[in-house]
Amino acid sequence: MSLYSEKVMDHFRNPRNVGVIENADGVGEVGNAKCGDIMKIYLKIENDIIADVKFETFGCGSAIASSSMATELIKGKPLKDALTLTNKAVAEALDGLPAYKMHCSVLAEEAIKAAIKDYYEKNGIAYDESLFRETSCAHCEDRPE
Amino acid sequence: MFVYADNAATTKMRPSALEAYVKTAETFFGNPSSLHTAGQRAQEELTRCREEVAAVLGCTPREILFTSGGSESDNQAILSAARAGARKGKKKIVSTAIEHHAVLHTLKKLEGEGFNVVLLPVGTDGIVRTEDAEREIDENCCLVSVMLANNEIGTIQPVEEIGAICRGRGVPFHTDAVQAVGHLPVDVKKLNCDYLALSAHKFGGPRGVGALYVRTGAPIYNLIEGGAQERGKRAGTENLPAIAAMTAALREAVSDLPAYMERVSALRDELIANLKRIPHCALNGDPVKRLCGNVSFCFEGIEGESLLLLLDEKGICASSGSACTSGSLDPSHVLLAIGRVHDVAHGSLRLTLGEDTTEEEIRYLSEEVPKVVEYLRNMSPVWRDLKEGKRQYIL
Repeated sequence: MSLYSEKVMDHFRNPRNVGVIENADGVGEVGNAKCGDIMKIYLKIENDIIADVKFETFGCGSAIASSSMATELIKGKPLKDALTLTNKAVAEALDGLPAYKMHCSVLAEEAIKAAIKDYYEKNGIAYDESLFRETSCAHCEDRPE
Repeated sequence: MFVYADNAATTKMRPSALEAYVKTAETFFGNPSSLHTAGQRAQEELTRCREEVAAVLGCTPREILFTSGGSESDNQAILSAARAGARKGKKKIVSTAIEHHAVLHTLKKLEGEGFNVVLLPVGTDGIVRTEDAEREIDENCCLVSVMLANNEIGTIQPVEEIGAICRGRGVPFHTDAVQAVGHLPVDVKKLNCDYLALSAHKFGGPRGVGALYVRTGAPIYNLIEGGAQERGKRAGTENLPAIAAMTAALREAVSDLPAYMERVSALRDELIANLKRIPHCALNGDPVKRLCGNVSFCFEGIEGESLLLLLDEKGICASSGSACTSGSLDPSHVLLAIGRVHDVAHGSLRLTLGEDTTEEEIRYLSEEVPKVVEYLRNMSPVWRDLKEGKRQYIL
């Protein structure tokens, strides 16, 4: 199918980092089944570095590809770098997404941030709240009818 | 292996139809409106096609209008009845929640123009209740429109009974028979309808051509103005090669309909039985009162678009009613109408069998679909929550 770029199809066919991390240091889940996509990110953090990352996704091809690409982009990176990952960077790394699928990349960004926030909260680490946008389904409303 | 299981979307053209197309384009190239010999020969061929299509549907040739397909036929029937109704002050239209968008969007437009549109619900079996129709059909109605068979879940509607109610109360009745013609016996007299829409590419004919049956005396107005073709009711030079190809396809499709239905419904039932073994899934629509080629399921914990993409990788062409496949926010209105909640409606799969479907293909589908469902479930956080009891199974 030519709806997606080769990059998207590659990450969809062979998703990187699928799975679960038992006793993860941070877990983030965004989206809801009603909308048709949920992403869950698991983080293993060592010395402020993302030592390992896994994901589980319920969603369309671009949701799975976005999760896969986002985990690749943050794996082995310092937390502060992961926090600056934008949905645009995920979409660009995938050689683009169709306009009505951009929300999938937003979910990926939000899921990572939610997992980092979870890590900070679990460990009583102070963080700058402004770095975390509110996770909501507001972006769904931008989807065309 | 390549398996085309999306025959409800479109069928591959029958060789006989393709042959008729080419032969007609070569032989009857004249414009049927021209006075000269080439034109008159084309006119004769057009007449022959009209007679043959009419004979299949059980009506007179004058009652057949050739159109560009199902959507145009539905639009013209509905807008004509509405316009005639409005002139008499009748602005109520009764239809169902599971119609094709060619009907629903036309009704939506009429609603915006002041018509009172009542959409009848369906049961969880995907079938409209005759009693519900009976209650709503009254002297204020200018039209009742009920599809003969549903395009997504294949359920066959009680059109004959609802048509009889309409006839008894003098209300024009339209049926969208796009999915039905060529797949089950269709006789306009028996169905008690005033309008019937059909589309060639659903039974092995070409795209871009269809027909509308308009019972003698039923109101009909043009959508397309221009020449006097189709008794002045549909302007535009007739697409004769496509009409001849549709006629050839229809002839072949109905030539041995009982045998076709028996063979394909046996394949359908085998596939349904095999897919039902997948845990936490459900067949959509009545298991018996359905098109012989339709298999529609919802699988819990997964999303339909990723399912389609993975099946495509395995050479399987299928369809889904998930929101992601349509680019809209909501999953299929048909699945919602039969009571599937959003969560599971997103995980729908439609496999539609046809003339060319083989036993071997059914085996392949029966092996590959469960594998793909399992693969996707294994990466789904929803499935994990269900397994761990953090979320309740719906199916």
